Amino acid sequence: MGWLLIALVLLPAGAALAAYAHRSPPLRSVWLLAAAAGHLAGVGALWTRPALSSLGGWLATDGLGLIVLTLVSVLFFATALYAIGFLRTEKARGGRVFVSCLLGFLAAASLVALSHHMALVWVGMESVTLSLAPLVYHRHDRRSLEAVWKYLVLSSVGIALALFGTFFLAAAQTTGRPLVIEDLVAGAGSLQPALLRAAFVFLLVGYGTKMGLAPLHAWKPDTYGEAPGLVAGLMAGALTSCAFVALARITEVTMAAGLGSFIQPVLVAFGLVSLAVAAVFMLGQTDLKRLLAYSSVEHMGLLVLGLGFGGVGAYGSALHVVNNGVTKGLLFLTASNVALASDPSQPSSSRGLLRRLPISGVLLLLGLFAVTGSPPFGPFVSMFTIFRSAIDGGHPWIAGVMVALLAVVFVGMGVTVLPMLYDPAPAAEPRVREPALLVGGPIALAVALVVLGLYLPAPLQHLLAEAARALGGRSP
Amino acid sequence: MSRLPELLLVFVVLTNFWVLGTTRLSATIRAGAVQGALLGALPLALHPGWSLHAVGLAAGTFLVKAVLLPGFLTWAIREASVRREVEPLVGYTASLFLGAVAVAVSFAIAQRLPLPESPSELLVPVALATVMVGLLVLTTRRKAITQVVGYLILENGIYVFGLSQAQRVPFLVELGVLLDIFVGVFIMGIVVFHINREFDSLDSARLTELRD
Repeated sequence: MGWLLIALVLLPAGAALAAYAHRSPPLRSVWLLAAAAGHLAGVGALWTRPALSSLGGWLATDGLGLIVLTLVSVLFFATALYAIGFLRTEKARGGRVFVSCLLGFLAAASLVALSHHMALVWVGMESVTLSLAPLVYHRHDRRSLEAVWKYLVLSSVGIALALFGTFFLAAAQTTGRPLVIEDLVAGAGSLQPALLRAAFVFLLVGYGTKMGLAPLHAWKPDTYGEAPGLVAGLMAGALTSCAFVALARITEVTMAAGLGSFIQPVLVAFGLVSLAVAAVFMLGQTDLKRLLAYSSVEHMGLLVLGLGFGGVGAYGSALHVVNNGVTKGLLFLTASNVALASDPSQPSSSRGLLRRLPISGVLLLLGLFAVTGSPPFGPFVSMFTIFRSAIDGGHPWIAGVMVALLAVVFVGMGVTVLPMLYDPAPAAEPRVREPALLVGGPIALAVALVVLGLYLPAPLQHLLAEAARALGGRSP
Repeated sequence: MSRLPELLLVFVVLTNFWVLGTTRLSATIRAGAVQGALLGALPLALHPGWSLHAVGLAAGTFLVKAVLLPGFLTWAIREASVRREVEPLVGYTASLFLGAVAVAVSFAIAQRLPLPESPSELLVPVALATVMVGLLVLTTRRKAITQVVGYLILENGIYVFGLSQAQRVPFLVELGVLLDIFVGVFIMGIVVFHINREFDSLDSARLTELRD
C-alpha cells in the first residue's frame, strides 16, 4: 500500500498539469473537484490502515503527519468547492493559472505532511510557498504587487535559512540514513550537540518565517490582506500547518537528543512575543482580512507555546493545528463572501452583514467566537489544554500573561467584527444572494468546529497521543 | 593552497566583492553568473572521481545558475530599460568594507565549527561569507532586481555549505532544491517585470502602500 503515499502527491500534481492544458473553465473545475475528492478518499483510506512507509522511508505516515494531511485535504476540498463558485464571479482570465496553482499547492502540502526526510520536507515547503505566490497577485493591481513581492522576498530568505539549517542537521548526524527522521531520532544520542543547536536555530527561524511567528511575520498582514480570501484561507489554515509540521520534526529530533532545556525557553519566548505583537496590532485594525492575519500570528504563537511547555502542551498543539486550520478556513472564506458583496472604495459598505448576508453573517459571528477560544467550539478545548500545560509545567506567571493577552485579542476582534455585523448599512442596501457553492464549504467547516469542541473521535485521539509522544509530551 | 577547489573558492569570494562594488545592474547579474559557473565547477573539483552524482549536480547548477537565471534577469532589465542601481542604503565603499568584515568573521566562526568530512578547509568560511554578503545585498540595495541577485548569492552560499555534506544528501533531493530555486527566482523576475510596468521603476522602496 506504500504506493498510496506517492499517489497522494502525484495525483494533484498531475491534475494541475491536466487542468492547465484545458482551455474550457468547466473542464478545469472538474479536474479541481475530482483531484480534491480523490485526495480526500485516499487520505480516508490511510486512516483505516496501520502506518505505511514508502521510497525507503522517505515518505511515511505518523500521528502528526496524518493529522495535518487530513486537515489539508478537508480544507482543500471545502476551498475547491468555493473556488468554483468564486471563479464564476470573475472574468475568465485568471482561471487557468488559478486552478493549476491550487492543485500544485495540494501536491506540495501533501509532500510536506508525508515526508520523513528533512531535505524533502524543505523541497515541499518551498514548493508550497511558490505555488501560492501567483495567486496573491490575482487582482493584478499595485497593492497586490507589493504584497506578493514582500511575500516572495521574506519567505524566500526564511526558507533559504531553513535549507542552511537542514545542512547543519546533516553535518550533526553520524549514524543512520542521512536526514531520515526515524534514524535521526533513533541515533539522537550520537548527534553532535553544537551543530544540532545551530541546525535548530536556523530551522526555527526558517520555518518560523513560514508560520509567521513574530517578529518574522512582516509579510503576513499584507499577503493575507491582498490575496483572495480563499487563498488566504489556504495559507492561514494549511500552509502554516505544514510549516508547523516541519518545525515539529526538528523539535522531535532535538527533544530526543536531550536538548529540551535549550529549545523549550526559545519556543516559549517566540510564542509569547507572537501573542503580544498580535494583540497590539489587532487593536484598532479596521480591515477584516488583516485582522485575521494577526489572529493567525496569535495562533501560531499558541502552537509553539504548546511545544515549548511540553507535557500535555504537545497534545494541545497537535489538536490546535486542526482547530486553528478549520477556523481560519471558515473565517477567510466568509471574509471573501463579505468582500464579494462590498464595494472596496466604500469601507462602510461592509456593514449590517447579519441582515444583508444572513448566512455569511452568522458564520462570521460563529467564527469570531471560535477563533477567540469560546466554548463549545474546538479551539476552546485545545487552547485550554495548552494553558493547562503552562500551569502543569510550573509557569503560572506565563499562563497569566497568556490569559491577559488573549483577553486583549478578544476585545480587539470584537471591536472590529461586531460593528460589521450589527451596525446598519448607511444606505438601504438590499439583501445579497448567497450561492450554495459559496456558503456550503464554510457551513461544513463550522459544523466540524462544533463537533471537535464537543467530542474527539477515538481514532483522532489515538493519532494525537502518538504525535504528543513523538514530541516528548503526553496525553491529558 | 594550490589545489583547484581552493582557487575556485577564492574566486567565489572575489565575485562577492564584484557584486558589492558595482553600480551597473548588468554587471551585477554578470557577477552572479560567474559565481554560478564557479559553483558548477566546484563539485567536479572537490570529487575528482567524477561520479554521476557530482557530474549531474555540476551540470544542473551550471545550467540554472550560470545560464538560465542570468539570461532571464538580463532579459528583464533590457525590457525594463534600467541600467544603474540608485544610491543604496549603505554606500559602495561601506559595502565593500562590510564584505571584508564578513570574510574575517566567517573565518573566525568556521574555526569554532569543526565539520566532519569537509573536503576543503575553505568551504565553510567561504560559504558563511557568501551568505552574509547575500543578506547584505538583499537588505541594502533598492532595485528589486539587485535584491533578486542578492537572494541568489545567499542561495549560492548555502549551496557551498551543502557541498561539505554532498555525500549525505541524495541527488534527487538536490535536483528538487535546484528546481525550487529556479522557479522561485523565475517568479521573482516576473514580479520585478510587473513592478516596473506598474510603477515605472524597479525601486522596491516605492512599495510602501501597505503598512499598519
